[in-house]
Amino acid sequence: MQIPYTTENNPETGIYNAKLGIWLFLASEVLLFGGLFSSYILLRVGALEWPHAAEELNVPLATINTAILIGSSMTMVMAWASLKMDRFSAFKVYLGATILLAVAFLVIKGFEYGDKFAHGHYPSYSTFYATYFVMTGLHALHIIIGVVVNAYFWGPGAAMWKTDRERFINRIEVAGLYWHFVDIVWIFLFPTLYLL
Amino acid sequence: MAEDVQKHIRTYLLVFASLLVLTGVTVAVAQFHLAEVERIAVAMVVAVIKSTLVAGIFMHLFKEHSRHIRVPLALTAAFFTVLLGLSIVARTDSFRITG
Repeated sequence: MQIPYTTENNPETGIYNAKLGIWLFLASEVLLFGGLFSSYILLRVGALEWPHAAEELNVPLATINTAILIGSSMTMVMAWASLKMDRFSAFKVYLGATILLAVAFLVIKGFEYGDKFAHGHYPSYSTFYATYFVMTGLHALHIIIGVVVNAYFWGPGAAMWKTDRERFINRIEVAGLYWHFVDIVWIFLFPTLYLL
Repeated sequence: MAEDVQKHIRTYLLVFASLLVLTGVTVAVAQFHLAEVERIAVAMVVAVIKSTLVAGIFMHLFKEHSRHIRVPLALTAAFFTVLLGLSIVARTDSFRITG
């Protein structure tokens, strides 16, 4: 079966179908994380005491991770722009950099988690750590999914560049929209969990 | 088309630099001994600016005119606001039913 409107815009919507699909998916993601943020506010304002986050968590590591994720958003948009300019080798470099930065983010997060576990700070330790692990854990899961998707487009999926360029460019744009959204979630998670 | 994209790259670099600077601002402001309300307000305003830059420029939302994207996103933003607003309202006594 041929999937319709993968390259040309759907006359009903004015955009190609995958773009409509990813935006609707991202809208549902906003409410998924919105539910968690809402719960976080309820739990926090209702708590008799709440630890000073900056003393509990590693702010310098989280700041580095924020810069890493912002950098990966930059390389992601550059990967798409490279394809638009017909520079496939530059695309490979930028998407490869995006993947490596995402892995670096996960490694640093792993160190953070490891340090917490070493001190016996598991999700069951307190409401603060429960919310910290749930929210950063769900975000990390999104990073892992992004790495898998981007790795596919960097590797075997890139063969489409030779057979159907426009469709491949659109696939990278859609993957980019997802990736930037994951960046936005972190932009809110970082101050909420680490600084406030 | 390629020339258009070429022009945008400078904007992408500017946004990238702005996001890094704003991250620095967020961390720096957290070091000041501000009142809790002020700290939350500054952190959230900076986060909203950063996410607007990412959504508007990196995700091309400023140039996305399809109502099939704009309407669902506007509805999502409204529900998101209600979701967060409810949790705050729930902690106030304004809506307590008496008698």
